[in-house]
Order: sequence, then structure tokens, then C-alpha cells
Amino acid sequence: MNLLQKKFRPVEFIIEQLIKSVSFVSFAVIILIFLFVFREALPIFSQKEKTVPKEELQTGSYGEEPTIDLQNQTSNLDNQSKNKDEATIKNLLGNEWQPVGLEPKYGLRPLFLGSLKVTFIALIIGAPLAILAAIFSSLFAPKKIKEFIKPSIELLSSFPSVVIGFFALVTLATFLQNIFGYTFRLNAFVGGIAMAIAIIPIIYTITEDALNAVPKYYSEASLALGASKWQTALFVVVPAATPGIFAALLLGFGRAFGETMIVLMATGNAALNSLNIFDPVRTLSATIGAEMAEVVFGDVHYSVLFFIGSLLFIITFIINAIAEFYVRAKLMKRFRGE
Amino acid sequence: MNNKYLGKFIVISSVMSTLLILFSIIYLLLEIYSGGKNYLTFEFITSEPKEGMTAGGIFPAIVGTVLLVLIMSIICVPIGTITAIYLNEYANKKSFFTKSIRFAVNTLSGVPSIVFGLFGLGFFVQFIGAGMDKVFSTDGNLQWAQPNILWASFTMAFLTVPVVIVSVEEALKNVPNEYRAASLALGATKWETIRKIIIPNSISGILTGTILAVGRGAGEVAPILFTGAAYFLPHLPEKLTDQFMNLGYHVFVMSTQSTDVEATKGIQYATAFVLLILTFSLTSIAIFIRYKFRKKLIV
Repeated sequence: MNLLQKKFRPVEFIIEQLIKSVSFVSFAVIILIFLFVFREALPIFSQKEKTVPKEELQTGSYGEEPTIDLQNQTSNLDNQSKNKDEATIKNLLGNEWQPVGLEPKYGLRPLFLGSLKVTFIALIIGAPLAILAAIFSSLFAPKKIKEFIKPSIELLSSFPSVVIGFFALVTLATFLQNIFGYTFRLNAFVGGIAMAIAIIPIIYTITEDALNAVPKYYSEASLALGASKWQTALFVVVPAATPGIFAALLLGFGRAFGETMIVLMATGNAALNSLNIFDPVRTLSATIGAEMAEVVFGDVHYSVLFFIGSLLFIITFIINAIAEFYVRAKLMKRFRGE
Repeated sequence: MNNKYLGKFIVISSVMSTLLILFSIIYLLLEIYSGGKNYLTFEFITSEPKEGMTAGGIFPAIVGTVLLVLIMSIICVPIGTITAIYLNEYANKKSFFTKSIRFAVNTLSGVPSIVFGLFGLGFFVQFIGAGMDKVFSTDGNLQWAQPNILWASFTMAFLTVPVVIVSVEEALKNVPNEYRAASLALGATKWETIRKIIIPNSISGILTGTILAVGRGAGEVAPILFTGAAYFLPHLPEKLTDQFMNLGYHVFVMSTQSTDVEATKGIQYATAFVLLILTFSLTSIAIFIRYKFRKKLIV
């Protein structure tokens, strides 16, 4: 008899399998999110081929055929036999977002532009602050001060986004308008600054981790060679941690791109095709938040909102995947000295 | 590189950035407090909205929020804890299964909250709810296939599960391997070791995770926008198919969609303050517990 052989214990085995199957839930949820958000978006791709009579179009079609891009149809009469999904997809690429009306227009371009505008403003303002604060608390600050700063900024991450949005709506908007004197009280700039408050804790925490993960002997070697503290920080530690800082920026971007309540409350929600940062904007996420409650279930508008949701999911998914795989691999390589 | 100005610039700007962030935290807190301080009475917290929401308190919104996070915790804490135990105690770190679960957890924490809202609507309300109605409903009335507190809690639970997992895993990693080895050497099986040694020693992590998840769940609004939150309800939710009022949603609706935004400004500030204090104190407690127990386990 082999005493070292592992005894089979049925209870242990069952418990292990149970634990394993519960842990599968996270994975299943990701799949379900993808399937169900996309499922509701599907109708805009799978509409059957239908030709639309010219006369009916000119009088304006409503209800039955809301996705037909009228301009496209009337200007290219030869293409009348085009099937509907082409029309819908063309419509999605359009310049105007006017989901309600005689000729609904579902052009996503202004919404994309809006999301990008707010996100970049948030990053341009928030990222330097967060990274510099992380450099300070990781590399310069005395231990006591560091132990105070870190939890404080962690606390900032617990601020509900609806409270930050409320703050931006009632206080920040007026305050900034008095300084800059722009026309619209709520605009991309206000939303961007409020969003910066929301993404600073994320960028700070990940950057700080990345800076702390740089092996001690890097800075010790640098200091031993006569470099000062700030020279070590700027030319040794920060460059070594760049992949981590890059990951922090990516995750900050992902958070800002998908954040809803702040933009819903503070950006004015007008779908404009303008590059001016002081114009109101409507973002992808805010569009879902604002319009989903009023939409008819199963309508094209409903599907388009779910399509926007799928886009948000896919975009944040890709960004997180890049942050996860590419950056982690690069960090590992660097610190192993390969 | 002997440019002294560059060095000074780096140090000073990093100090200034830190101060600016800390200052904006304090300013935000003070601003919201001072806007609502005249309304912050005991009565405000314990009474119902009156006169078409222009007076009275926020009691139903507080009850709704508490119920939401309660049901949410019942779902997300066990799932999160068990997943963390699997990942840390059982999983073969290099297997494809483990890697995909880890990737799923990371992805889940990055999914925008509004997408969770859509998922809750598409999956729980339209799919599960409608399915349940088909099976159980006799009179053809919609019962489960509409937004309610149960579906909102489920939606919120999957949003907060990664928070629990990360916290519990950190605590599990903190349990020294000697504890496991000693227990196994005394003849305990793996499950006995987990149940009697590892879980009791990482209870602080489970607690931290739960509190952080509750704080997160109390503050999020986007996932419940279409899965159960209501603007005003004449009565408190009594069963799982009822809708509910919610603090965050209350702030949002009052400040953007009410007919007279100016008249209710004080109530809005006060509600925002109550919500802020709620999430703030929960997070502080969690940070405190984590800090206190971090250094405790030494062989």
C-alpha cells in the first residue's frame, strides 16, 4: 500500500467542484453581458430587405420605417433597392443625432466626438495632477505625510459620481463661467473637469503602485552614483515605471469614456458637431442614460441605444485588455532585466 | 543633468498637485455641506417627501438604498468570497481556466456602469423576468418582467463583485503559508483548513470587501436607472417586485428633471450630503479595518 498516495475524499471533491463552479460566475457574467447587450442591438443589423416606395418616402415615413436615411434615398434614386441594414448603418455613421421626429437620425459621430472631448479634457487636467501627486507620495514625501495622502485620495474614489455631477452642475459650472465667461453654462469643459475629479484616484493609485513596484536597487544604485533625489525620481524611477503609468492612463481613459452620471448632469447634453470645448456636448453614455427611459421597447431607437452600449462595452474591454496584457508583460520583462 | 530649476520645478509641482487634489476634496465636502446644512435635521432623515417633493424628508430614499445594498450584499459577498478562495487556494495559477476567470474579474471591474444597467434591463427584466412571468403568471399580468428592486440588486451585485474579490484575495494572501502547512500537517483536509484556519484569519478582508461593495453600491446610479429606481413612491417597497427610491437617483432627478429646480436646491444639497457621508464613512471604516489588520498576522 502506498501511504503517500492521495486519498480520494468525496466531500472534499464536491466542495472543490462547488467552489470552482461559483468562481465561474464572473466569467459567465462577462459572456452574458456581451450576449444580452448585443442581442438587443441586433435588430439594426438584421432587418429584412425591403424596398421603400418613393412617394411614401417623400411624404415622410414614420413609425414603420424610422431608420431610412431619407437624404441618401432621395439623392440616390438608383439605389432604392438597397437593403435596410445598409441604410441603418449609413445612418449610424451620420452627422446628426435626432432620434425623435419625423425622420429620426441616428448619427453617432457627434456622440463619439462628445465622449472623446470630455475624456481628453479630463485626462489633460486629471492625469498630470494624479501622476505628480503619485510621484510626490511615492518618492518625495516623508512616511507620515504619505500615510495621510494615500487614504485621502482613496477616499476621493468613494465619492459617488452622481455627487460629483451634482457639484459640477450647481457649483463648478457657475464658478467656471464667471472665470472664462463662455456662453453655455453646461459644456464639455465643465464635464471634463468634473470627470477629472473622478479619474484622479484611479490614475493616482495605479501610478503609485507602479512607482512602488520599481525595485529598490534601481534608486539605490542611482543615489550611490551621486544623483540627487529628484534626479533619481525623474530619470530612473519614473522611466522604469512608464508601462505602469501608461496602464493608469488607459484605465483612466476607460473609466472616463464610460462614466455616465457626471456627463449626464454637467455637459448640457446637446449633440453638436463642434470642436469647441466650451460648447455643450452629448456623450455616448449620457445618451443611453437620458433616452432609455423614454424609448419604446423593441423600437429602432431602443436597439440603437443598446448598440451604443455594445460599443461602450467593446471599447472599454479592448482598453482594459491592452492595459492588462501588454503593459503587464512589458513591466515584467523590464524588471527581470531581459 | 545638473539643472537645479528642473529639480525644484518637479518637487514643487508634485507638492502643488497633491495639495490641489486634497484641497478639492475638502472644498467639495464643505460646499455640499454648507449648501444643505439648513435642511440637515433629524426630521429630514426620518420623514417622507411632502408637497410634491418640495418639502419633507428623504426617508423612503434611504430605506430604498439600504434595501438595495442589503439584497446586493447577499448576492455578491458569497460569490466574491468563494471566487477569491478559489483563485487563491485551489486554482492552478497557470491553467487556462484560472487565467480566464482572472481576466473576467478584471474586465468586469472595467465595464461602464451604464452597460450594467443595459445588461440588467436586457437580461434580468426582459429575459429572466419575462421567463418567470411565462411560467408563474396565471392572469397574464406583468409581475417580474418590469424593473424592480430585485433586478436592480442583482445588477448592482455583479458590478460590485470584483470589489469583494480583490479585497478578500488580498486578505487571503496575507495569511502566512505556515498556517496552511501547520494545519495540513496535523491531518486537516484542505476544506477543513480553509474553513477553520484561513477564513477566520481573513475575516477582516471579507468585511472590508463587503463594506467597500456596499459603499460602491450605495453611490452608483447608472445601473439602476432602468432596472428599478423610481422618482417618487407613495409607499416603501414591500416585496421584491416593487420599485424603490434611491438617494443617488433622488439627487439626479431633483437636480435635473424636477419642475422647479431652484426651489428644492437645499433638499438636493442635503440629499447629496447624506449620500456622500454614507459612502464616505463606509469607505473610511473599510480603510481603517484594512490598515489595522494588515500587520497582524506574523509567524
